[in-house]
Amino acid sequence: MSEKPRVGVFVCHCGINIGGYLDVPDVVKYAETLPDVAYAEANLYTCSSDGLQKIKEAIKKHDLNRVVVASCTPRTHEPLFQGACEEAGLNKYVFEMANIRDQCSWVHMHERNKATQKAKDLVRMAVAKARLLTPEEEPEIDIQPIGMVIGGGVSGLTAALSLADQGFEVHLVEKEDKLGGYLNKLEKLFPNNTKAEDVIKPLIQRVKETPNITVHLKSTVTDVKGFVGNFDTEITTGDETLPLNVGTIIVATGADYLNPEGLYGYGEVEGVVTQLELEGLIKEGKLGKAKTIVMIQCAGARIEERPYCSRICCSEAMKNATLLVEENTRRDLYILYRDLQTYGLSYTELEWDAKKKGVKLVKYDIERPPVVTKGEKGPVVKVFGPLLGEELTIEADMVVLSAPLIPNEDNKRLSQLLKVPLNSDGFFLEAHVKLRPLDFATDGVYVCGTAHSPKEVAESLAQARGAASRAGIPMAKGRLKTAAITSVVDETKCSGCGTCIELCAYNAITKNERGLAQVTSAVCKGCGVCGASCPERAITMRHFTNEELEAQGLAAIKEA
Amino acid sequence: MKPVLVIGGGVAGIQAALDLADRGLKVHLVEKSPSIGGVMAQLDKTLPTMDCSICILAPKMIECSRHPNITIHTQSQVKEVAGGAGNFDVKVLKEPRSVNESKCTGCGVCSQKCPTKVRNDWQEGLADRKAIYIMFPQAVPLTATIDRDHCLYFQKGVCQVCSKVCPSGAIDYEQKPEEIDLNVSSIVVATGFQEYDPSELKEYGYGRFKDVLTAMEFERLVCASGPTGGHLNRPSDGKLAQRVAFIQCVGSRSHKKGYPFCSSVCCMYATKEAVLIKEHDPASEVNIFYMDLKVFGKGFQQFVDRAKSHYGVVYIRGRPGEVRMNPVTRDLTIWYEDTNTGDVTSKEADMVVLCTTMIARPENKELAEALGLELDEWGFFKPLNPLTNPIETGLPGVFICGCSHGPRDIPESVAEASGAAACAAEVARRFM
Repeated sequence: MSEKPRVGVFVCHCGINIGGYLDVPDVVKYAETLPDVAYAEANLYTCSSDGLQKIKEAIKKHDLNRVVVASCTPRTHEPLFQGACEEAGLNKYVFEMANIRDQCSWVHMHERNKATQKAKDLVRMAVAKARLLTPEEEPEIDIQPIGMVIGGGVSGLTAALSLADQGFEVHLVEKEDKLGGYLNKLEKLFPNNTKAEDVIKPLIQRVKETPNITVHLKSTVTDVKGFVGNFDTEITTGDETLPLNVGTIIVATGADYLNPEGLYGYGEVEGVVTQLELEGLIKEGKLGKAKTIVMIQCAGARIEERPYCSRICCSEAMKNATLLVEENTRRDLYILYRDLQTYGLSYTELEWDAKKKGVKLVKYDIERPPVVTKGEKGPVVKVFGPLLGEELTIEADMVVLSAPLIPNEDNKRLSQLLKVPLNSDGFFLEAHVKLRPLDFATDGVYVCGTAHSPKEVAESLAQARGAASRAGIPMAKGRLKTAAITSVVDETKCSGCGTCIELCAYNAITKNERGLAQVTSAVCKGCGVCGASCPERAITMRHFTNEELEAQGLAAIKEA
Repeated sequence: MKPVLVIGGGVAGIQAALDLADRGLKVHLVEKSPSIGGVMAQLDKTLPTMDCSICILAPKMIECSRHPNITIHTQSQVKEVAGGAGNFDVKVLKEPRSVNESKCTGCGVCSQKCPTKVRNDWQEGLADRKAIYIMFPQAVPLTATIDRDHCLYFQKGVCQVCSKVCPSGAIDYEQKPEEIDLNVSSIVVATGFQEYDPSELKEYGYGRFKDVLTAMEFERLVCASGPTGGHLNRPSDGKLAQRVAFIQCVGSRSHKKGYPFCSSVCCMYATKEAVLIKEHDPASEVNIFYMDLKVFGKGFQQFVDRAKSHYGVVYIRGRPGEVRMNPVTRDLTIWYEDTNTGDVTSKEADMVVLCTTMIARPENKELAEALGLELDEWGFFKPLNPLTNPIETGLPGVFICGCSHGPRDIPESVAEASGAAACAAEVARRFM
């Protein structure tokens, strides 16, 4: 944009949120004196439809080619004002915002004069930057309508089916030699005691019958390059590798069960098993005559080295205990727990049901955990019940440890391959805990099921459907605009040192055939690390050029 | 392709609508109240990140209002549904705002000048609003509405001040209820929940003692945009509350009164609220009375550990038997048995917060009848199968998400909402 800048400044009262704490008309008057400001006005709510209309009218009437709004935060409102600029025929990148609500009226509520002065400073800085802004083009990329689902358990199967039902081609990658995951090893599932095989078999059957789904068994993803819409991946099956170009990737790799070696006599005292092993014994009818059965919750969870709660174990124990009592009412079932984690409508019901059926719930304190020793006939459990105020000694036939779900051991490798983070527990970490539970910060990659954190089958199913929705969005669109705020390399300055390549967290920079840095805009997130670290100052960010930032910085310390 | 109907404009409904609209499907988002946002808009902070709730929700609300594929119908309720998957005929009744939505700029002058004060439900009754009002500053749409039950003009035929002061001539007393006919391929039910009214639990004194609050009331009290600007001035005498007690399982996990189920989220929101108090004033004393500490979510145990070790929040295991008030000082005494020690003892507090259970919305009944669906014994929508089909219902093409089918937290509601959107997208394709 070579034409002379004509900046319009719109200062928002935000009702009384701003107007009540600083002198908005005075800020408008000041803005009018700034270089290249062609027009300035105050609005009661700049973001209201009325306010947006006024911006559009002013752009036309005063021939504005840059727009500054002094109001709240760009985090929530920038797209709205950029939209108004676009509707009036301007490029959205000629827009700049000054946050005089959070940074002036909110933090200087009782200092009207100072708040007003600071608002003027921020407006001066915004105008200084706006004068130098240039229109930017947002690159559009094609999205391959092919999804990849990693993991063939209940989550992966469900996600694959949903993607296929949405009309996309799917590659389902499973590392074992059969589909189904842990559900193959479980007997009955709560809350309604459906046989696990009755849940998993129909899913597997449907996946096999769906022509759009290609299943890759005994396979792992060994390479991922590219970006949303065009991931160049490689899967390895035995000695063979297969390149696959996919648009989106869903991580549904599940979790493992902890082997509670050394805990509560496991591996030392005969008759001490895990819940998973118990399910196997029931499934194979090998439970024998075990009459007194003690279940110990949090066996390896909610402790210092593994602080998280595994969510499913209390419900699982309730279900198994109830089934065992129902099968033989002469059985004595104990569940030793710390805090019962049965929640919501149906899982709380399991707890009531277990109590009704005579399952004995004994709270224990982590300061005085149960002790399991070898007795004459079987394991002996000693536990101090703080609610009973005494120590119980139970001569058991069997002790069942509720061991937690732990992160899949492949998570670390996969997280590096996909450039997505894990949390401190080792589970995959979503983009935002509250509002983006299934997305990663990396576009085009999603997560569901127990790869995300321990959860029930029903919750995994719901999440898998959700991840399929998220992955389906870019693929349904077919094309995607990516933000123009990306880095640009000045090849005349680049020395090819590779510092930026090392530092880029998104793998967005590579060396071209001449050994110089080259940015893949679709992958670049515009974080600016490369620009800040380039020793030759060869890298600048679009919309945050060195000139723009310098002008803004100088305006901060110098009156216009 | 035919549009999709999303019923309920809380965070679940918003997420479902955005997912569907982003993939190119038209969406009708029907919300009963004058603004979308739901309960999440009322919350102060959200755990574990302590993000300001409205600050992270507002962009999604605005996105809904700006999205070319989303039509928002506020003050609207679904009255009749006919047909089936791929072809539902839906009748929506839109109550009159008495304000022209396209003319109102949300300037708020009408509310300033309106002479009639009414209990502000959005502030949980801790403040008043006017008979013409905007639900809250970030409301979407940012449009005033007249509460006809309290407006002097509608009740007595006088006043009309709002019409005189409105700079855009937006007031329209003649607006009639409007029937909107929609034809949609599928329906997402996201009607949310409401808070249990603890008045029937006489022992806790709610309703008798002004400083016994529900958790939602506390959220407004502690919020910077709340009636006290976020200061913990207790309602009875304005004294700054420095000793606060939280009572868990109020209305839940009981077969005697209230509901048998665990409300899933209360232990954690109480912990968050306790941390907020400690952040306001580290010297304050916060006790949480609980039965079982529910820490089953991602990062929850770590959040509780931090509340204990870093902030000094105290957890006491025991269900209090009674709350009493000293009529002179208005201070409260909580009598309880510490079940870890067996001692019957008491604690003093300036304020007591009852962590009430999430219950079904009464409107579910009418909606379920219109849809031809059965509710469960507590009034929640029922999934087709709680294990294998958690989002589908007995009626193909109708999907449920969020608290419409039981208590759950925000991330779970959001994930499910996306799941419901996937189901709706699958139907849309099948009937393309």
